[in-house]
Amino acid sequence: MHNFHTTRTAWLYLAPALLVLAMAGLLPIGFVAFYSLHDTFGGNVFIWVGTDWFQQVLGSAEFYDAILRSLGFAMLVLAVQIPLGIYLALRMPRSGALTTLVIVLLSIPMLTPTIVVGYLWKAMIQPGTGLLYQSLLSIGITLDMNSVVWTWAILLLMDTWHWTGLVVLLCYARLRTIPAAHYQAAAIDSASSRAVFRYIQLPRLKLVLAIAVLLRFMDSFTLYTEPYVITRGGPGVSTTFLSHELVQTGLIQFDLGMAGAMAVIYFLIALIVSACFYQLIVPTKGNRSNP
Amino acid sequence: MNNRFAVAPAVFAALVVMPVYWLIVISVQGRGDASLVLFPSNATLNNFTTILSDPDWYMGYVNALIYVSINVVISMIVAIPAAYAFSRFRFPGSRALFFGLLMLRMMVPAILLVPFVQIFSAINMIDTHMAVAIAHCFFTVPLAIWILEGFISDIPVELDESAAIDGYTTLEFFRRLLLPQISTGIAVTAFFCFMFSWIEFLLSNALTTIYAKPFGGIMTRAGSVMSANIPLLAAAGVLGLIPGVLLAVVIRHHLARGFSLGRVA
Repeated sequence: MHNFHTTRTAWLYLAPALLVLAMAGLLPIGFVAFYSLHDTFGGNVFIWVGTDWFQQVLGSAEFYDAILRSLGFAMLVLAVQIPLGIYLALRMPRSGALTTLVIVLLSIPMLTPTIVVGYLWKAMIQPGTGLLYQSLLSIGITLDMNSVVWTWAILLLMDTWHWTGLVVLLCYARLRTIPAAHYQAAAIDSASSRAVFRYIQLPRLKLVLAIAVLLRFMDSFTLYTEPYVITRGGPGVSTTFLSHELVQTGLIQFDLGMAGAMAVIYFLIALIVSACFYQLIVPTKGNRSNP
Repeated sequence: MNNRFAVAPAVFAALVVMPVYWLIVISVQGRGDASLVLFPSNATLNNFTTILSDPDWYMGYVNALIYVSINVVISMIVAIPAAYAFSRFRFPGSRALFFGLLMLRMMVPAILLVPFVQIFSAINMIDTHMAVAIAHCFFTVPLAIWILEGFISDIPVELDESAAIDGYTTLEFFRRLLLPQISTGIAVTAFFCFMFSWIEFLLSNALTTIYAKPFGGIMTRAGSVMSANIPLLAAAGVLGLIPGVLLAVVIRHHLARGFSLGRVA
C-alpha cells in the first residue's frame, strides 16, 4: 500500500464510479441543458436560441401553477408526516419483538413498486370493492374523485401511508441510542414529559429530522407515478404536478426546448434545497462520533 | 420512548398493513365475484397461475430481475472503492463531490427521461436490460457510496495503517481485511440498490418496449383497458411486493441505515 492517503490514489479509487456517473448522470443533464438553449425542426438540426425557452417557461402560467401545486403538496406532506412520525417514534418501546414487527410492517409500503402503490390506491377508491370507498360509505361519506379537495386528500393519504414509516424509522433509530441515564436524571428532577422531549429528545433528533425532511420534501416535490395512475393529473389539472408537466412536455408534446428549460429550473430548485441541507446532514470529520 | 408497548404505533401499523392485506384478498378472488370480505370463501390461486404461466406476464418480473441484478453488480463494483476514498481521503474537492452525489440522488427521474430516451435510441440500446441498468445507476451509485461510506467510516483507520505496515497490497487489503469487516454494509447496500431499482417505474417503463419491459409496464397496459381485470392486477401487484417484504424481514435491523443514505446507524 504505497502512497498511502494521497490525492492521486483517491482519484484512482473514485474513477470507476465517476465514469459510470458521467454516463448515467452528467451526460443526460448536459443534453437537457443543450435542449434548453436550442430549437430543433426535426432531424439533428439544432439552432441556438439563447434564453428564449427560459423566457417562455418563466412567462407561462401553467408552469408556475405546476410548481405551486408541487410545492403545496410537498408542504402538506411535511406538515402531516413529520409530526406524525415523531409522535409514533416517541411512543415506540425501546426494543422487543413487537417493535421489530412494527418497523418491518411500516417499511413494506416504502419497498412496494411505485406502480403497485398507484394501482393499489386506485383500486382502494373504486365503488363496490374499494376498501377505502366502502369504509367511507359505511360511515355515510361518499368519496367523489371529481372533487379537487377529495383528490388531494386521497393523494395525501396515499403518500402518508407510503412514507410516514421513513420518519418513524429514522427517529426511532436515533431515539434508542439515548442512554437511559439521561431519562433517569430527568426523572430525578421530576421533569415533565414535555421537558424531556424539549431538552433531551428533540436536540438529538436534529440530524435525522434534517434527513427525513430533505428526503420527504424532494420525493413528494417530484412525485410522478402515483398521481399518474390514480388521478391522471385531474380533475382538470388540479393534480398535474411538475414531473407530470415535464414528462407531458418532453415526451408527449415532444417539445424538447421547453422541457429542457423546465428541467433546468427544476434541477436548480433541487440543487438549492440539497445545498441547504448538506451542511446539516454531513458533519465535518472529527465530530462524526456524535452525530 | 417508553418501555411498555404503546397503542399508537400498533394501530398505525395495522392501518398501514390493511391495504396490503386487502390487495391480497382481492388477488385470490375471481374476476366476476370479487367482493370486500375479510376472508374470501371463494379463494383461488387462478390469478397467480395465470401470471406465472403466461410469458407475457411473467417475463415482466424476469426482465426486472435481470436489469436490477446488472445494476446491483455495476453499482457495488464502482461504489466500494469510491466509498473507501470518501471515507479515508481528504483531497481538494472531496466535499463538493460528495455533495454532487447527493444532488444526483435528489435528481428528478423526469428530468433525465427525455435525454435517456434520446441517448439510448441513438446507440440502439432502447429496450435492453443494460439501458435500464445503466440509467438506474444515477441514483443507485450515489446511494451505495453514501451508505458504504458510513459503514467504512465506522472501521478504525488503524486497520488500514496496520495493513500498510504488514506490507499488504491494496488488493489484499480490500479482500482480506476491509471487505470482511464491512460485509454487513455490503449486504445492506446491495439490498437497497436492488430495492430502489425494483420499485422505480418511470425510467424502466419509458426505456423499454417489448423485450425488456418490466412488470410495471405490463400492469399499465393491462390496467388501461376499460374492462381491466382487477383481481389479476392485484395478483400482479402482490408478486411485485414479495421482494420488499423479504428484504424488510431479512435486514430489519439495518432499515434505518439504508433509508437514511447511511447517515443513521
